[in-house]
Amino acid sequence: MTEWMTLSAQLADHGYIASPDLAMALHIAQKLGRPLLLEGAAGVGKTEVARTLSAVFDTKLIRLQCYEGLDASHAIYEWNYQRQLLAIRAAAEDGKTGRAVEDRIFSEEFLLQRPLLQAIRQEKAPVLLIDEIDRADQEFEAYLLEILSDFQISVPELGTLTAKTRPHVILTSNGTRDLSDALRRRCIYAFVDYPDRQTELAILAARCPDLDARLAGQIVGFVQALRKEELEKKPGIAEMLDFAAALTGLGLNDLNDDPHILRATLVTLLKTQSDRANVPIEVAQRLAGKAA
Amino acid sequence: MTRVTRFALRDPGATARVSGFVAHLRDHGFALGVFETQTAMQALTHINAADPVQVLLALKSVCAACEDDSKRFGALFDAYWRNEGRVRHKTAPGNDKVARHTRTNREALGQQSQGSGTIDSPDAGGGEAMADGEGRLVASHVQNLMKKDMRDLVSPGDIAEAARVARRMAKAMRDRRSRRRIAARKGAQIDFRKVVRKSLATGGEPIHLPRRNRPDRPVQITALCDVSGSMTVYARVFLSFLAGLIRVDDTADAYLFHTRLARITGALRDDDPLRALNRLTLLADGFGGGSKIGSNLALFAQTYARRFVSGRSVVIILSDGYDTDPPAVLAAALRDIRRRGCKIIWLNPLKGWKDYAPVAAGMAAALPYLDMFAAANTLENLSALERDLAWV
Repeated sequence: MTEWMTLSAQLADHGYIASPDLAMALHIAQKLGRPLLLEGAAGVGKTEVARTLSAVFDTKLIRLQCYEGLDASHAIYEWNYQRQLLAIRAAAEDGKTGRAVEDRIFSEEFLLQRPLLQAIRQEKAPVLLIDEIDRADQEFEAYLLEILSDFQISVPELGTLTAKTRPHVILTSNGTRDLSDALRRRCIYAFVDYPDRQTELAILAARCPDLDARLAGQIVGFVQALRKEELEKKPGIAEMLDFAAALTGLGLNDLNDDPHILRATLVTLLKTQSDRANVPIEVAQRLAGKAA
Repeated sequence: MTRVTRFALRDPGATARVSGFVAHLRDHGFALGVFETQTAMQALTHINAADPVQVLLALKSVCAACEDDSKRFGALFDAYWRNEGRVRHKTAPGNDKVARHTRTNREALGQQSQGSGTIDSPDAGGGEAMADGEGRLVASHVQNLMKKDMRDLVSPGDIAEAARVARRMAKAMRDRRSRRRIAARKGAQIDFRKVVRKSLATGGEPIHLPRRNRPDRPVQITALCDVSGSMTVYARVFLSFLAGLIRVDDTADAYLFHTRLARITGALRDDDPLRALNRLTLLADGFGGGSKIGSNLALFAQTYARRFVSGRSVVIILSDGYDTDPPAVLAAALRDIRRRGCKIIWLNPLKGWKDYAPVAAGMAAALPYLDMFAAANTLENLSALERDLAWV
């Protein structure tokens, strides 16, 4: 068995079924020590990859959730001003002044480490998940590029902090804005698509092992058929798992048993008013009938 | 194992083949350089390079950089590595040699195109336009397979001029600063209440100086340009306008459509205006062919609009409204786009004509969904819109 298939099997052991594309991209990214950029619709399991990977490597997961207006003081480091001020007061009462105090308040003791700095200061290489990078500003993206290429951060008062270990970096994007070509070029890329039938069955089996095989087949068939309908928001894998949980919770053994329960459980799959209107009870029944 | 390309006997080795493959991808619009070739070679050392499936997956993860690339990769991989030695190297246009063959429209139309039209009446000679006897422009069904060189249509000088107009227009539309002030990282005013409150934590010393500013509420411009046969004469103006718009406005987004829809933002944002036009030529495959406004807009509404159009967007459609799709399709598509909360402006070159009335079925169906319906067939016309747009 080759290395990338081993990785794929390890991921599966931890409950994540990766497509060959994704497994290979992960493997290459690990081997070359490059960040991995994952794109795809919401709910296809991009964030979950990082979580599973940290379980596989038995290491820490450090997560940086991006948002508009995210800046260096939230992503990299910040001085703990309050403690510094207290230290100055205390020092003044002890009669210490000048140089000594200054050296003390600008030491690592007073540095608040934010995710990016934390990630490069770990003894064991962690998995660094930079979630929804497309939500951050372009300026932050540029800063991130710099860190991802040399893995060092310079703090003016302390000097340059270099990485003890290189974190495994995973970036995810939902495509709310175009990422810069420079960032794309630095990264190994994988597009995470909705899974095919086999993969999705495997995912369902991994997550809900007690589920009846026939019902599992119906659920996957139904969700796959639903994705082909014209919907505003197609149901992702997370929604599919919710749907399965809802059905088992209601004790349904066959999708065609009770159309009203089926209709009621659709709340787990369809998340907008117009999608609900687009899939009336008859359509749901037809899809369920085909899936059987 | 499937068929594998037989390379020439004097093949210089694996490195050359891989760099050949990267060049092949580059010809097909992938943004790749020496750095990627190097990465690809490194990646291949970590897998079993004799297994085509592994090689495909590994090269895909390195070379593809967006969703589009990753969908096309399989076919391009097969064409290079598995095509029994027929390495398709120069199928892509956008390369001087290919383009030069179709420099004049007339020659190309006479010899290659299936269409019977000339540049300003797409179905001339037996077509609907002639039979009608009034010289009316009609939508054309023919997909024009001729490769037309955009550089014939747009010159760098035009772009500079269009950029000037576009800059003014974008500015007129974008200045939507709120009157309220909210907390901000940088701002003209110091938020005094916050300063006092924050200073409590630091023993009465105002260390943080939080600021307030008027938040920018920028308008995002999304432009869709019709480049079908009936629009050919206006395409020059509109494309240079788009090129100008994209160059001055970082958030603007542009598309063109004929029988298909293509996003041209990336191409137009190229640093070099001439190279941008080269890349545009690549995308304009089928330029001057039929017009499917309805289905293209429907596609736009279902795909790109979901990502790029929001309540702060203004969607500008540049089209004459002669559609081969049923009017209902167009109306439904516009309704979907509108539901994103955006404003829709339709600029129709024909509206500049005397006595023009929007009688074309498509145009009539579209009218209820438009915030503004205006004429635009020259750059002067477009610049005159500036004042009106400020109020949209």
